[in-house]
Amino acid sequence: METQASVKIRNEWDIVQARQLGRELSKEMGFGQVDQARITTAISELARNIYLYAQNGEIDVEAFGKVGRIGLKIISTDQGPGISDIRLVMQDGYTTSGGLGAGLPGVKRLMDDFKIHSQEGRGTEIVAIKWLR
Amino acid sequence: MRIPILKLYEYLLITIQVELDDRTAIQFQEDLLDKIHETGAKGVVIDLTTVDMIDSYIAKILDDVVKMSALLGAKVVLTGIRPAVAITLIDLGINLKGVPTSLDLEKGLEKLQQELEG
Ligand SMILES: Nc1ncnc2c1ncn2[C@@H]1O[C@H](COP(=O)(O)OP(=O)(O)OP(=O)(O)O)[C@@H](O)[C@H]1O
Ligand SMILES: [Mg+2]
Repeated sequence: METQASVKIRNEWDIVQARQLGRELSKEMGFGQVDQARITTAISELARNIYLYAQNGEIDVEAFGKVGRIGLKIISTDQGPGISDIRLVMQDGYTTSGGLGAGLPGVKRLMDDFKIHSQEGRGTEIVAIKWLR
Repeated sequence: MRIPILKLYEYLLITIQVELDDRTAIQFQEDLLDKIHETGAKGVVIDLTTVDMIDSYIAKILDDVVKMSALLGAKVVLTGIRPAVAITLIDLGINLKGVPTSLDLEKGLEKLQQELEG
């Protein structure tokens, strides 16, 4: 299986579009209701972070197979300000925007795999995977 | 887009049936507070039966609207939260502490009635 789709994030409506992609692909791949909600929520958090902190960027979702396993991968990329202290932003409750600070640590718990690469002044890339059981 | 707010006796009823984008959510917050002020409603039920996703932003708006309504003298009950949504909220580390909830709209109204009369 190899299905891939992406949404450019520039405004609030694009966040809704990105969610929709996740909803459709996770359903198509056969994820259960709870995992569908987890995937859609994770995408929403990442897309909103792009919109709030980097102004624009992109969310890609893809179905991919790896030695007998199928997973859904979310890739969030932006060329925004980057994150200087990753340990800090991964703490529950840490926010610079008056939010709940639940997004990034939440995405890590919602998904099975979570990697974040960021360079100050260059941007941020986050890759999160949910495996189909 | 605007979410319709129905008035029924001294209650306001809202069934969220659209995908909640950020602006719709903020608009809803404003509209509800205006309506509480205008009608003097004492109780509000927000039904989330068809909502398949609540992220941290929407959770914060719901949490805020409950607190703001309380300042205007109205009690809000959230009803119909789906199991999948409840699970993702816990994954996000969000506990809607102090937010009254009920299984469905009917039970939500009963809860309000008990609290407002009792
Ligand atoms: N793509 C990004 N680029 C730059 N900084 C980011 C990015 N994503 C997150 N951050 C920083 O990390 C912090 C924590 O993000 P997180 O999503 O966990 O919480 P939040 O967005 O502040 O609040 P919430 O997501 O609960 O509404 C943000 O406040 C912001 O400072
Ligand atoms: Mg966030």
